[in-house]
Amino acid sequence: MDVLSSPLAGSLLVAVTWLVLAAAGLITAGNAAFARRVAFPLGALAGVALAAFGLQAVWLPAQTLTLPLGLPDLPFHLRVDPLAGFFLMLLGSVSAGISVYAAGYFREEASGRLALISLQYHVFLASMAFVLLADDAYLFMVAWETMALSSYFLVITDHQQPAIRKAGFLYLLIAHLGAIAILLCFGVLHGGRGDYTFNALRAAELTPLWATVAFALAFFGFGAKAGMIPLHAWLPEAHPAAPSPVSALMSGVMIKTAIYGMVRVIYDLIGSVRWEWGMVVLVVGAGTMLFGVLYALMQHDLKRLLAYHSVENIGIILLGLGMSMVFIGFGHPAAGALGLIAGLYHTLNHAVFKGLLFLGAGSILHSTGLRNLNDMGGLIRVMPRTAFYFLIGALAISALPPLNGFVSEWLTFQTALQTPLLQNGVVRSLLPLFAATLALAGALTAMCFVKVYGIAFLGRPREPAHGTPTPRSGDAGRMERYGMAWLAAGCFLLGLFPTSFLLMLNRVAVSLTGGGLSEEALSGSGWVWLAPAAAEQASYSPLIFFVVIVAVTLLAFFLVRRFYHGRVRFADPWDCGFPRQTSRMQDTADAFGQSIRHVFGPLYRMDRSLPGPDDAAPSYALKIEDRHWYWLYLPVARAAEFVSSKIALLQQGRISIYLLYSFITLIALLVFVR
Amino acid sequence: MNYGPGIAFQILQSVFVVLAAPLLVGWVNQCRAWLQNRSAPSILLPYFTLAKLFHKDAVMAHDASPLFRATPYILFGCMWLAAGIVPVLATDLPFAPAADIIALVGVFALARVFSALAAMDIGTSFGGLGARREMLIGFLAEPAMLMTLFTAAFISGSTQLTTIVDTLAHREFAIYPSLAFAAVAFLMVLLAENARIPIDNPTTHLELTMLHEAMILEYSARHLALIEWAVAIKLFAYMTIGFALFVPWGIAEAGDWSALPLAIGALVAKLALAGAGLALIETLLAKLRLFLAPEFLSTAFLLAVLGMLTHFLVRG
Repeated sequence: MDVLSSPLAGSLLVAVTWLVLAAAGLITAGNAAFARRVAFPLGALAGVALAAFGLQAVWLPAQTLTLPLGLPDLPFHLRVDPLAGFFLMLLGSVSAGISVYAAGYFREEASGRLALISLQYHVFLASMAFVLLADDAYLFMVAWETMALSSYFLVITDHQQPAIRKAGFLYLLIAHLGAIAILLCFGVLHGGRGDYTFNALRAAELTPLWATVAFALAFFGFGAKAGMIPLHAWLPEAHPAAPSPVSALMSGVMIKTAIYGMVRVIYDLIGSVRWEWGMVVLVVGAGTMLFGVLYALMQHDLKRLLAYHSVENIGIILLGLGMSMVFIGFGHPAAGALGLIAGLYHTLNHAVFKGLLFLGAGSILHSTGLRNLNDMGGLIRVMPRTAFYFLIGALAISALPPLNGFVSEWLTFQTALQTPLLQNGVVRSLLPLFAATLALAGALTAMCFVKVYGIAFLGRPREPAHGTPTPRSGDAGRMERYGMAWLAAGCFLLGLFPTSFLLMLNRVAVSLTGGGLSEEALSGSGWVWLAPAAAEQASYSPLIFFVVIVAVTLLAFFLVRRFYHGRVRFADPWDCGFPRQTSRMQDTADAFGQSIRHVFGPLYRMDRSLPGPDDAAPSYALKIEDRHWYWLYLPVARAAEFVSSKIALLQQGRISIYLLYSFITLIALLVFVR
Repeated sequence: MNYGPGIAFQILQSVFVVLAAPLLVGWVNQCRAWLQNRSAPSILLPYFTLAKLFHKDAVMAHDASPLFRATPYILFGCMWLAAGIVPVLATDLPFAPAADIIALVGVFALARVFSALAAMDIGTSFGGLGARREMLIGFLAEPAMLMTLFTAAFISGSTQLTTIVDTLAHREFAIYPSLAFAAVAFLMVLLAENARIPIDNPTTHLELTMLHEAMILEYSARHLALIEWAVAIKLFAYMTIGFALFVPWGIAEAGDWSALPLAIGALVAKLALAGAGLALIETLLAKLRLFLAPEFLSTAFLLAVLGMLTHFLVRG
């Protein structure tokens, strides 16, 4: 009974429930109502349960379980420790909101298709849970590949469109490049003893060189899944291609399993973290962050834009982790723990607000059929509830207090401010510069979301000629709204009560690095005050902040009403007295990015055609492409084609030649094996 | 711990800042008029303008959303909050630990995002133009601002503005070369963030050059009054942040009522000088082309970085 009520058994049960729901959808394939009314809501409930089990696991010692499944003599090992518990909580709580939303979102899907989506969706969820539960490389890789495949099939749900098939293929390709690197990394870690349990990998003694090789492989492999540059190319293609709840799940949760893998391998399995690795992570993280946000600013497809922001946020998470590795490498576990906490906090925050934003984008798509920002406008009047939830997500991702994005950026800044501890002068002066890039990225994100919100929800409908955004079905449906409300509440919860999450993450940090925040930081200042180092060094109290800002705003309102009046007259917009205004004179998404193109021009590959002064029908075209395609992906693709065409010479298509190859191989082997 | 006097001081200070802020704007305008050989308006003119605006009926576009109507109050609330965090007359304010300098930058960013959103709400061409330019200046200024604040934070070992002031004003007297760089950077950021020449011209309605004004074109009456007032508080807050970081002398400790006259005297003197200096800058310089703003603000950023590196090199 004790085992059954444990978080490990509970999590396993949830994963199995998801698998059962997946299969049950197939049995009742003719009945779309089953998926909508039973599978997705039950999946959401299971998610809530998983979040509770994960939360419990953070506070308990690690538990292990061996399942007699898998290959003979190679059973599955399961383990739940605080790190896995934290990520299980993330998976459960965020997927709960998304599943509820999915129940409403797929209301118009045909039965057969919906059964298939439900199958892939729940297998996807279960495989992510198994990635987090795995305690040996074998189960980990099986779950990892299941996750990649199930999400691949979800991405190509609309496989009739060639662009989507192409996006799916790119995703599968890079996912497998990453998987190979991860496999090799486990190979390096295990050092030839034939035991692939994580315990054995942990115990292995590596020379610094081999440890660095393992780090590089893990960073590459998991980075490919996370979407860090230059391996990000699949992300802005694949995430928008999927149905919106799946985009939310991929951007919100799946890329976080890559962060989990990175932390698990680097902090736990390799163990001895070196500061040089931290610098690599920092440089790649800062590059990823700036690249992501600068390309997001250039997008006018809402879901693509959000996908680029996922790239950016992975960069922010990597900054936190990188700083943590630098501090741990120099022997400052408390500051290292703070960086790790900042990174993991942002992981959770990003899951919540990016999930929310993708769901909002889904509701817009559902109601108006639009994904292109340049066709939207004034949606706040027809979809006020969606507009409200989307605003919360937009403010959260822009790292504005008192919502959750700000808390994790604040913690990252505080980590950077611990830099006087470091002995190395160069590194000491570099860390604050990384913090400055974070500030830049934060402000650029705010700009980008002013653009998104201002163009989609505010203003007036653009282009009334071709298809105004008059929603076919009004505001988002009930289930869709519940899903968004759940995640929006998460933005507030994580933003206003950070101390409880800080304590939780401190447990995770202690279990991984052995060092945590100081006692004073954890208990001295009470639950209202967030003070990671010491109260007089830095503190932030979002709750008081929020209460005061609401209070003074309301006070201002009532004072104005009390002493003056609330009279309003309505008229046409003034606009400096400009007489003829049309809705086409508003900024478009591309117009909004113009100043960015001007300032950061060399970073983009731009193809622009401007109308001449005498054109009768002036037209303007702008195409922005990712430079990585041209200096990295296309050369690699050409090289791969060249090599395979050379190798193809071996393939003569005649059986006698193939027999000759076998013969030569056998002879060669006989030389080696006496 | 007895919070009583501290809280009284806190409320007193934030009300003082809110009420005194238009006076500073009046003073700057007066100085500028003198410097430009014009006859100066009364120093109280901003108050009269506010009173006039509050009495008028608001005119609003037909399809203004609730966000448009709420934004003036949110802006005012944000600035009021900022007025409560910055140690203007005294340090050790009980509310100050709720938000350190990073959160303070966050408050200003929050206000900026809301004003840019409200600008886009009506759907006019100028609104979008203003929002776009304001956010451009915002993302250029924010890293420079944080670097400046980090330099001060490294010197005092804290991001708490009150602690920084305590360290710099009460404990030891020393001249920090790093702060000299930071001060110049801060001044440049102050000009940009407060829509002053050379980045923006607060007196222009020339549509092609305006930034801040373009955003608030659609506002009238009490909403406009609240925004103008919030802008005044923001200038006041920025100046007092500058005083707190670079010339903190004369500030009183919480509950120390006897030091209050001195603190007020010091503050008035500093503000008078800073306001005159601002007017001088605005008279001597011309507005920069919009796309020179990145150069201006990246200079500010580099100066701030130099300040920080100087701190690490010479430990001071």
